Amino acid sequence: MRTSLPKPMVERAAEGSSLVRNAERFIEIRSVEMVFTTRSGRFHALRDIHLDVKKGEFVTLIGHSGCGKSTLLNLIAGLLRCTGGTMICAGREIAGPSPERAVVFQNHSLLPWLTCFDNVYLGVERVFSAKESKAQLAARTHAALALVGLDHASAKRPHEISGGMKQRVGIARALAMEPKVLLMDEPFGALDALTRAHLQDELLKIVGKTGSTVVMVTHDVDEAVLLSDRIVMMTNGPAATIGEILSVDLARPRDRIALAEDPAYVHYRASVLEFLYRRHGMPGDKKAA
Amino acid sequence: MSAVLEHVEPPVKAESAMSAQSVPVASPPPPKGSPAAWLAVRATALVKALVPVLLGAVVMTTLWAVIAHFIPQIPTPLVTWIEAVKIFSDPFYRNGPNDQGIGWNLLSSLGRVGLGFGLAALIGIPLGFLIGRFSFLDKMSSPVISLLRPVSPLAWLPLGLLMFKAANPAAIWAIFICSIWPMIINTAVGVQRVPQDYMNVARVLNLSEWKIVTKILFPAVLPYTLTGVRLAIGTAWLVIVAAEMLTGGVGIGFWVWDEWNNLNVTHIIIAIFAIGIVGLLLEQALIALARAVSFGNDIT
Repeated sequence: MRTSLPKPMVERAAEGSSLVRNAERFIEIRSVEMVFTTRSGRFHALRDIHLDVKKGEFVTLIGHSGCGKSTLLNLIAGLLRCTGGTMICAGREIAGPSPERAVVFQNHSLLPWLTCFDNVYLGVERVFSAKESKAQLAARTHAALALVGLDHASAKRPHEISGGMKQRVGIARALAMEPKVLLMDEPFGALDALTRAHLQDELLKIVGKTGSTVVMVTHDVDEAVLLSDRIVMMTNGPAATIGEILSVDLARPRDRIALAEDPAYVHYRASVLEFLYRRHGMPGDKKAA
Repeated sequence: MSAVLEHVEPPVKAESAMSAQSVPVASPPPPKGSPAAWLAVRATALVKALVPVLLGAVVMTTLWAVIAHFIPQIPTPLVTWIEAVKIFSDPFYRNGPNDQGIGWNLLSSLGRVGLGFGLAALIGIPLGFLIGRFSFLDKMSSPVISLLRPVSPLAWLPLGLLMFKAANPAAIWAIFICSIWPMIINTAVGVQRVPQDYMNVARVLNLSEWKIVTKILFPAVLPYTLTGVRLAIGTAWLVIVAAEMLTGGVGIGFWVWDEWNNLNVTHIIIAIFAIGIVGLLLEQALIALARAVSFGNDIT
C-alpha cells in the first residue's frame, strides 16, 4: 500500500459549552496554505484560505479548473495535509481522513466486486459495528439505499447499473455513515445533463431531510446557485485563494423550474458568471492541481 | 494447424458472450410468426458461425493430404484418424515403463506441469504482491527478473539435474522457472495499478489493514494474477514437451521422441493434436475463471 492509514480517531472533544460555537463555525479553516513538492519543483496551490462553514450549511466551491478547489476539498477530507494554517472540524483538528467527513468521489469509486449493498455496508460496518448488531447494520444499509431510491438494486454490482445510479450509491455510502460533513467532489460532473438535474433535485430533497452539512466542488454555475447557501468563488491558480463568497438567499425547498425565471436567481447566477468570466477569466492551458 | 484454427475461434465466441453478459441487452426480439421461424433464425446464425471453422478444417486436412501424397513417410489424415481412434479407445494400458497408453503419458506431463506450476504460484504470487507494494523491492528485483526472464527454461535443466540428481525433479524445476516470471510480474503490476480512488475510499472509510487486503487489494489484483497464471500455464505446457524429450520417462514429450525413434510418424502427429487440445482446454478453463472474477471489466 502506498498510503499509510490514519490512526483511529481521537476521542470526541468536550461538547456542550462549545456547542454554540461549533454550530456557527462547524468547519473552521484559518490561513491555510498548500504547497506541493513535486519532481519539477514546488507548486503553490492554495494561499491564505479562510472559511467557516456552519452546521447544516450547503457550501459549494466554484472556480476554473486548476484553481485548487478539489485540493481544498481533499484538505477538508484529510486526504491531503495542509502545509500551513489550521483546519478544524467539529472542534477537532483535521488530522487525516475519517468517516465523519465522508467523501462522494467524482467517479463514484464503488468497488466493482462488491454489490451495491456491500459497498454501502463496508462503511456502515466500520462506523457502527462496535455498538450495533448485524441486523441493525443491514437495516442502516437498506435505509441509506432507500434514501437514494435504490433499495431495489442492492444486490446488483456496480457494472450492472447506470452512471447516475452508481453516483447515488456513492452518496448512499457516504450518508450511511452519518457523517458530520458530506464532502462532494464534482459528484455529477461525469453525468449527462438530464441525469445531473435529476440527481441535483434528489440531493436537495435528501439534504432537506437529513440536514447534512455539505461542502461540494462544482464547475457548474446553475448547480452552485440551485444547491448552495453560500458559493465560495476561487481565484485562478497558482496560489489560488477565495476571491469572493456569495450568500444565496433563496427559500427552500427550491424548485428549478420556478427559479429559472426568479429575478433573484438570475441575479445570483449573473454574479457568479461575472466573477468567473469577467474578473477572473479562464486561465490558459493550466492543468488542475 | 488445426489446433491454431480451433484456438482462434472459441475466444471470439467468448468475447461476444461476455459483452452480452455485461450489457443488459434484451435478447433479440422473437420474429413475428411461429416458433419454427425463430428456430430457423437461430439455425442460420449457427451455420454462419460454423462455416468458417469447418472451412478452415477442410483446408488444413486437404493441405495435409497433399503433403502426405508427395511425402510417403507422412501418413494421410484418414490413416491417422483410424490410428487415433485405436489409441484413444485404450488410453490407459501399461506394458512396462516405455510402453504406456497416451492417457498415462498426458497425465504424467500434466502432473509435472501442475507440480512445477503450483510451486511457482505458491512463491511467485506472494512475491509479486511484495514487489508491487514496496518500490524498494521492485527496484531491487526488476534487473534480476529482466535478466533471467528471457532465458529459455531448458537452459535451467542441467542445473536442475545437478541439484536434484534425477530427471523428473529437473523437468519440474524447468516448469517452475518458466512459469514463475509471468505470475510475479503480473501480480506486481496488478498491485501497482490498484486505482488510487479505491485506496482513498479505504482511507475515508478508515478500513482496517485486513479489510483493505481482503476487500480491496486482493480482488483488485486477482484479474492481473490470473492473466499471469494463464501465461504461465501456456508456457509450462510448451516447455514440458521439450523438457521430457530431454529427460525421458513417461510423458507426452517423451512419447513423441520415443515414437520418432520407432519411426512411427502417425503417433507423432496424434501426439501433436493431443498436446494442442490439452493446451486449448487449459487456456479456456483459465479464461472462464478470469471472466468469473472480472466484474464487467474487459479481460485481455
